[in-house]
Order: sequence, then C-alpha cells, then structure tokens
Amino acid sequence: MDTGKIVIQIILIIGLAVPAVILVLPTKGARGLAIRRLTMLAALVVGIIAVIFPSLANAVANAVGVGRGADLLLYGLIIVFIGYGLSTSAHLRRVDRQISELTRELAIAEAKPPAPSSTGVEER
Amino acid sequence: MAAGGDFDGAPLATPEIARGTWLVVPLFNEAPVIREVIEHTRRTFPNVVCVDDGSSDGSADEARAGGAHVVQHAVNLGQGAALQTGIRYALQDPGARWIVTFDADGQHRTEDALRMVERLRAEPLDIVIGSRFLDGRTKPGLAKRLVLRAAVIFQRVTSGVRLTDAHNGLRAMTREAAGRIRITQNRMAHASEIVDQLGELELRYAEEPVHVIYTDYSRSKGQSLWNSVNILSELIFK
Repeated sequence: MDTGKIVIQIILIIGLAVPAVILVLPTKGARGLAIRRLTMLAALVVGIIAVIFPSLANAVANAVGVGRGADLLLYGLIIVFIGYGLSTSAHLRRVDRQISELTRELAIAEAKPPAPSSTGVEER
Repeated sequence: MAAGGDFDGAPLATPEIARGTWLVVPLFNEAPVIREVIEHTRRTFPNVVCVDDGSSDGSADEARAGGAHVVQHAVNLGQGAALQTGIRYALQDPGARWIVTFDADGQHRTEDALRMVERLRAEPLDIVIGSRFLDGRTKPGLAKRLVLRAAVIFQRVTSGVRLTDAHNGLRAMTREAAGRIRITQNRMAHASEIVDQLGELELRYAEEPVHVIYTDYSRSKGQSLWNSVNILSELIFK
C-alpha cells in the first residue's frame, strides 16, 4: 500500500509544481489562453463524470493510494485553488502595469510641458 | 566653484548645471514640508518636477506654490511609478542633461545632489548613487543597519553590482542613462530594480557619500522594517 501513497504524492507534487513553473515562465498570448481553457474544460468533464459515477471517485482514490474519494476531491480542489490564485495574481500584475502606463500617459498629457525655470539662471 | 552659498546655506550651482539639471521628486502626502523643501532646493536647482502620486492632502498645490512643475497621477501607483513618470516628463525638455532623483520629505541635501551632478559632468560616468555608509555621518538604528546590510549582499549576488547602500533615493544620472532605465516596479522594489538595470545595461556607476537627515518627520513616515519583506516579495514574484 505504501507504493500507492507515492502515486498520489507524485500527482500532487506535479499539480503544485506545474502552476509554479507557469508562474515563473509566463506563457504568452494564445498558447497560455488555450492551456487555461483546456484545463478548465477537462476539470468540468471530470466533474460531470464524477457526478454520474460517484463510485468512480472512490475507485480512482484507491488506485492512487488515497483512502476515500472525498479526500481525492479535496486534494484536487486545493491544487485548482492554488493554480487559480497564482494565475489570478499574475493577471493582476499585468493589469497593474497597464494601469501604470495609462496613468503615466494621462499625467504627462495633462501637465504643462516642461519649460526650464529661469530663477537664478541667466537665460541664453 | 560650488562652494559658495546664499544666505541660508543653499549651495550655488554653475549656470550650466542649474539649467541642465532636473530634480525628480516623487510626492505622496507631504504637504507639511514639500513647499519648504522645494523652495530650498530651487535655489540650487531651479528645474524641479514633483510627481504627485495621488496625494489627498494638497501636496500638489504646496509643491506648485514652492515653484515646482507638478505632474499628477490620477491614482496612487507608488514611488517607483512616480519616478518613472517624472523622468519621462523631465526628458521632454531637450535641455535636460542630468536627472536627479530626490525625496520630498527633506531627508536629502542639495549640496550632496550638486556634488553628484558635478561628478557626472567631470567624470565618464552614467549614474552616481548616494551612499549613507561611505562615511560615518549618518546614524541609522541597529535594526535598520542590519536590514540594509542584508539588502546590499542580496543585491551583490543577484545583480553583480557592488554598492554600499542598496536603497538610497538620491541618485544623479545623465540624460542617456535616464532614458534607458525602465522602472516597472511600482512600489518600493524600484531601488533594487534600478541597480539590477545598472548591471544589465552596463552603465558606469559610482557612489558618492551623502548625509541623510533623519528628522522626526521623515522617521515617522520612513520605511518600516516590514517593508523589506514586501520589497523582497516584489522582487521575487515579478
């Protein structure tokens, strides 16, 4: 049974490491979006299957070395939650950067353009 | 000669330096002191741009009253963002040859800034960074000294740039260097970011001993040590 525990440990570690890698190496544009959508789709399909065949969760849990199906769902939920948190914070950072750019452009556009002050200096 | 000064000790810059230097002052809720700080520094450096970073206390009006150019962020973005905005603004003046970043709370001294610009003019350097630890004048507390020490070592390891003071806000740079540096860290990590870019852009840098005046006012507003945790996390989770 101990070898079974290793299986779930490997799965969970991969589940935590993949979002970490994605976080460090930001995938740009279409690929990142596609991966996100496929992941979401897969999660929904798994959810539907789990609803139709409740016993399946238990069977899968036993196969990978987890006691109950409910525990497996909890582990899955934790991974999804962490991945969601990381991708959301990455997204927020991008938005922050865009807001900075916008605010900067606006501030400079609204300010009087810089004319050198002449206080105490001879004008040329 | 920069040694001369007017009636209350403001050092006099040569016309070339006075005309060619822009002070960039990030400004956030410093209304009680900003006017005096601006009036004082403008005796040496007439070109001052204050970037009001969404202050809620009339800082912008005080800065204007002191004679500064004021650029206003519609929302608070942080000191790094304010510096970048100020640099962009100052570089619109084709006569701007040197950019000095200067704090709004009166910690920095104009004579230090002037010496730094004079070095840029005389020596083949791109940027001169103030350091509190090249001589014994500045006396921060023990805890602060330890944190700043750790920051210096972290910086040496990550950027390869050897400085004695990792987070000094007083810097002078040439127009060219100012145009190449891109500050994207909005909050406090911009100091480290600038140093990282010194390494990446292979800018020629030097340190100049400066004296930071820890007044009660600046101490009450100053960076708490908790901020070093925030800076680290901002640097790691870019």
